[in-house]
Amino acid sequence: MKKEPRQLGYLPLEVIEKKIALPSEERIKKGPVVIIECVEDIPCDPCVESCRNKAIIKDSLTAAPAVDYEKCTGCALCVAACPGLAIFVVDNSREDKALVYIPYEMLPAPQKGDKGDALDRSGKRIGSAEVEQVRKEAHGTTVLGILVEKDLAMTVRSIKIPEKSNG
Amino acid sequence: MNSELRIENHPILEFKRGKRITFQFEGNQVEAYENESIAAALFASGVKVLSRSKRFNDPRGWFCGIGKCCSCLMRVDGIPNVRTCIVPVREGMQVERQGQRAKLPSHSEIHVEREEMNVRVLIIGGGPAGLGAGTTAGTLGLGAVIIDENPNPGGQLIKQTHKFFGSQEEYAGLRGFEIAEIMYREFKETGGVYLNETSAVGYYGQKADGRHLFIAYRRTRDGYTLLEISAKYIVVTTGAFENYLSFPGNYLPGVYGAGGVQTLMNVYGVKPGSKALIVGAGNIGLIVGYQLLQAGVEVAALIDALPEISGYLVHASKLKRLGVPIYTSHTIKNARGEESVEGATIVQIDENMKPIEGTEKDFAVDLILISVGLSATNRILAQAGCQNLYVHEMGGWIPAHNEDMETTVKGIYLAGDAGGIAEASTAMLEGRIAGAAIAQEEGCSINEIESARKTARGELWRIRKSEFLKNIEEGKKKCHQKWGEVKQT
Repeated sequence: MKKEPRQLGYLPLEVIEKKIALPSEERIKKGPVVIIECVEDIPCDPCVESCRNKAIIKDSLTAAPAVDYEKCTGCALCVAACPGLAIFVVDNSREDKALVYIPYEMLPAPQKGDKGDALDRSGKRIGSAEVEQVRKEAHGTTVLGILVEKDLAMTVRSIKIPEKSNG
Repeated sequence: MNSELRIENHPILEFKRGKRITFQFEGNQVEAYENESIAAALFASGVKVLSRSKRFNDPRGWFCGIGKCCSCLMRVDGIPNVRTCIVPVREGMQVERQGQRAKLPSHSEIHVEREEMNVRVLIIGGGPAGLGAGTTAGTLGLGAVIIDENPNPGGQLIKQTHKFFGSQEEYAGLRGFEIAEIMYREFKETGGVYLNETSAVGYYGQKADGRHLFIAYRRTRDGYTLLEISAKYIVVTTGAFENYLSFPGNYLPGVYGAGGVQTLMNVYGVKPGSKALIVGAGNIGLIVGYQLLQAGVEVAALIDALPEISGYLVHASKLKRLGVPIYTSHTIKNARGEESVEGATIVQIDENMKPIEGTEKDFAVDLILISVGLSATNRILAQAGCQNLYVHEMGGWIPAHNEDMETTVKGIYLAGDAGGIAEASTAMLEGRIAGAAIAQEEGCSINEIESARKTARGELWRIRKSEFLKNIEEGKKKCHQKWGEVKQT
């Protein structure tokens, strides 16, 4: 029997594809664009407040957010603003790799060039990832831009960076 | 100093520790930092056993970490039954386990001063509800006095390192400890008085002029000050405490309330263990699981007896993508260990909540977190004669209150979890409503009151539109409707 998201504790990609109006493949290829993995009616709106282009829309405080992908520039300000750490930005415009922006609040403090395991929504290792950008944002959430294989853009959602040895 | 248990690097927090001091624990010198609790200092020095059971001499540790469960009682400077989880450690303090029966000291052994206070608005509890009530009352021209038994202002906000949901009215997007600082500052700016380390003793009735008599005591450097407070209005914002769970071995040190662990690691910067099992997949369990990872503690698993998580998916997802297993339809079978937790077994349960043989899983953990719900701290209200109401949607009995947050006793109000378990935004907003209602009783500027109350009420019912807060919406409506009936009885 297939488990439901609330049994699993996360949203599998096939559920996301059904429940969320995702940007078209063309849009993702064009440049960075936001993916908001928030489907429950949590009373919350910092994502709406954070967007300078008014690309994120909530019909009410408790409605799940919707995105106008034409207005979204993929600036990733909302990635750091989301209290649920449920917002990601995906950029598949590069030739070689996909660049995925993720919220990050763990140690070791990541640095550009760090390599680690690319993890999917269930925490499974699905490949390797390299830290391309580190943006320390207000209130402590770091936004990491990580490079992964192009076909992992919609599956990678976390990175595990190995502990650095002292010295 | 046992540096291994002190958290030095944290992705979110910077620990501003006090001066290094030493105190005595049963004849041994122990190093600590000023302003941390006795229990935290002992834990950081490797002492987990704070007392022993009377009959079987089993080890006992702290549980709630916020002064409510009395699992951490010890003798401090000769005085027994001191809640070591909320009393700050001081240079030269003498701390000891108090043995089978605590001997009460005589009057001459304790230095007690007496002080009478006359206040218009007394608020019991300085968390989001109390600060919300105090700030609104203060803004409308009524300086309030808040008493709270913890050393730091802000109630349980101070240990919340995650960013809050809600909208701007509830400081959304800020982390709990940041909200505590802002709310405390806002309260102080209205001219409010905040008495920390001040514990409620009890409600002592109404005087002829309708004022309420309330007794509290404040810990001072050399003893206690007994406060006899005469208050025209009392707002009870005493919050809640963590529920306990029955299973073999649950008494072992290492089995802690999830909230207590937050206090230890996020307020005092002490690592609670090296590997944890979390029981309960509501928002608290999920959030604390993530916070354990931030503090460098491994999370072996998170379990819940229900067939699905009860917290938000976004919180669960944060844990899952870092590789933490979540087992729904599982319960804890036992905890093992001699002097503290060394392991735990979980087992799958069927739809009748019966364990399924052969599905056991063992974990070598030294930490078991219990996050199976909260119970309201509302005994002061019961003592004051406030009527209760059975409201199924709120999980049982709650003190009856109307839309202005007034109880069935005139002049006594409540806000936050004391009036039924909800969450921090509710506490802030209910506090503001209580503050505005009192201001109205006192004849303060009507326009300002109306606008303060309208905003808070509007926000409150706006957040309650969420599927997750539906029960609260229904329950509170019932409570407000029936308030008039129970008031007559």
